Parts: sequence; structure tokens; C-alpha cells
Amino acid sequence: MTAALTAADAGLLACHACGLLSRPAAGHDLACARCGAGLHLRKPDSISRSWAFLIAAYVLYVPANVLPVMETGSLFGAQRDTIMSGVVYLWTSGSWPLALIIFIASIMVPGMKLLAMTVLLLSVQYRPDWRQHDRSKLYRIVELVGRWSMVDIYVAGILAALVQFKALATIKAGPGAVAFGAVVVLTMFAAGAFDPRLIWDPGEKRHG
Amino acid sequence: MASLIACHECDLLQREITLPPGGTACCPRCGGVLYRSVPEGFDRTLAYMLAAAALFVVANAFPIVALEAQGTRISTTLFGTVRTLHDQDMTSVAVLVFVTTFLMPALQMGAMLYMLLPIKLGLVPRRLPAMFRLVQTVRPWGMVEVFMLGTLVSLAKLAHIARVVPGVAIWSFGALMILLAAAAATFDPHDLWARVDALRRGESNGGAGGGTS
Repeated sequence: MTAALTAADAGLLACHACGLLSRPAAGHDLACARCGAGLHLRKPDSISRSWAFLIAAYVLYVPANVLPVMETGSLFGAQRDTIMSGVVYLWTSGSWPLALIIFIASIMVPGMKLLAMTVLLLSVQYRPDWRQHDRSKLYRIVELVGRWSMVDIYVAGILAALVQFKALATIKAGPGAVAFGAVVVLTMFAAGAFDPRLIWDPGEKRHG
Repeated sequence: MASLIACHECDLLQREITLPPGGTACCPRCGGVLYRSVPEGFDRTLAYMLAAAALFVVANAFPIVALEAQGTRISTTLFGTVRTLHDQDMTSVAVLVFVTTFLMPALQMGAMLYMLLPIKLGLVPRRLPAMFRLVQTVRPWGMVEVFMLGTLVSLAKLAHIARVVPGVAIWSFGALMILLAAAAATFDPHDLWARVDALRRGESNGGAGGGTS
């Protein structure tokens, strides 16, 4: 494993958009000869940008879980549901498959994603040689799975649009939905800013 | 240098090999997928994208679902959902729904057809590189399949309180989801650039080759 030659070792830059390898001339602001995308050895300021998005996501994770995502008004009074209370309600009312879908998409996935990105960033900074193969796999999972958290936002939106029976029941999306949507978007930005090649770069030449 | 490629996930240099039809090349170090060989991938991507574009129009023009209770019937389209969220002072959520289920998929399909159709006809479209980069940027943000799951969950939730009537658009969104996934699975950027390079070579030779590859 130690003798593996990377494009960076060979003095080549791989275009992040189309994959073409270029041998850079001196100077910065290079562009790919084939597709015109900016060329960088690694995504610029990958670690600090990724941390910034991730920390913002952590901050918004609190209101996303504490504030109501859905407000139901009916004959029997108003009900304000957070993500968790929505899951509990579904579970107790016998719709356990739905409870499971929402629990996985809205609670497990965002939480795991925040933790996984933290682990990836910390390990790149402090433990560069630690289980690289597993970390690569972890990054791939984070990228693949993160989008599914949007389910709850769509559910709130569709229910709000449909349940508008003035006398019987109305549903409104609550402020928690804003924070939750922001968490999903911010974690996607954090994963996008992270450069998985950093996982495999040896300690000393990590800044590109 | 043409036969060398770098893994986009770990930067390992390796030689490109010819794959058997349907084969996938993976990076030996990190396991990331390098490229695939999809038989007739180019034509299939184009076909899926054309069908997806047609269904996209239907999916947005017709109601997704209707609800019947107490003699009232309320139905909603995708735009209706966006508008309701906006009217409830949830503009940021409305924008998020609009961008991920309408704008991004529309840009993706538009840009893909803009690239693929002319190449199929033997022409290199203007500003092809910009379109290619647009597709790469937009791809993670189109969430039609997640929206589909959200719709199904909503239907299941509502089935307790009212009669739920699925609309035309729900089937269209379902088919759209499958077509977009199929197009993504058959699209091979490697092959696209190989065709473009071949066409460009033909042009610089004075176009004597007639332009077909």
C-alpha cells in the first residue's frame, strides 16, 4: 500500500468534473483543457469549508429537533408535532412502517451524517493512516444517503397543501421544518466540500 | 497519458483497461467506482432522458393527489404545494421544495438533452463544457425519488382521515424517478468525452469525414 503512486505524486492534476489528467504549467488558476473546470490538486480549503458547514448544521440541529415541524389545527384543539413526537405518534397509532421510515430518514440519517462527517474531518486532521478503506466507504455512504432526510420536508409540505378543511382540520408546516431543511442542505454542502482524496494523502502534504 | 486515469476518490494513478460489456472498473485501493461499460449506454441515456422530459411535463401539469372529506375535494400539484408553503410564511421551505423537485431536475434534463441530442446528430454543441459542469453540479440536488417517498408517506398518513384519490402526477413522478435513475446508471462521461474528441478531430480535419463517428 505504501508504494501506491497517486496523480499528485506524478505531478498530474485530475479534473474533478470530467476526470482528464493534466500536467500543470507553473502558476495558479488553471483550467481543464477539455471541460474548462478549474483545476486543483485537492478541493480548495476543503477541511475548513467542510467544518464551517458542519458546525452550522450542528447548531441548527437543535431547533430542528425542538421546534414543531407540523402544526395541526382541528375541532379538538391544536397540536404541535416535533419530528420525534411525530414518530412516537405514528408508532403508538399503529403505523409502525411509517414510523420506521420517518425515524430512519429524519432522526437516524441526519444524526449519523453529522457524526460521520465529524469522524472523517477529525481523522484527516489527526489520524491520517487510520482505516482508510473504511473511511472511504463511510464517505460514499454519507454522500448516498444524506438526501433521503428531505422526506419529512416533503411530507409536511404535501400535508399542508392537502389538509385544508376549514372546519375539520388544517395542517401548517412549522418553524422546525425551516431549521431541519437547513440541516439537510448544510450537511450536503459539508459532504460536497470534503475531498475524499485527503483520506489517502500522507500526513505532510495535506493542504492543497 | 491518454490511457492513464486517476481515481476521483483517492487519486491513485492507474491504467485504463477495456471492460467487458456491462463491466465496472473499481479502484483497487479505495474501492471507488472508476467507470462502467454500458452497452449502447449513450443511446439509452438519451432515450431515458427524452422520456423523462415528457413525463416531467405531465407530472407538473396534473394533480399529485386529491383528498375527499365531508363532500369537499382538495387536490394539489407540485406547484400547489410550493404555493401553500409560501402562503404559510414558510418561503424558505417552499424554495427548498421547488429547487429540489422542479428546478434542479429540469436543469439536469435540459442540460443533458442539450449535450446528447446534437452529439447524436454528429455536432458538438456550443458551450458543451459549461453544460457538462452544470450537470455535475446539479445532480446531487435533484430529489425526485425522495419526493416520491414523501408523497407515499403522506398518502399513508392521510388514509386514516379521508378518502385519498391518487392523481395522474403520482404515477408520472414514479415513472420519472425510475427513468432518471436509469439515465444516471447508463450515463458514462468517459464515453461522452470520447465521442466529443472524435467529433472535434473530424472537424479539425476539414470535416471530410462527414461528421458521423
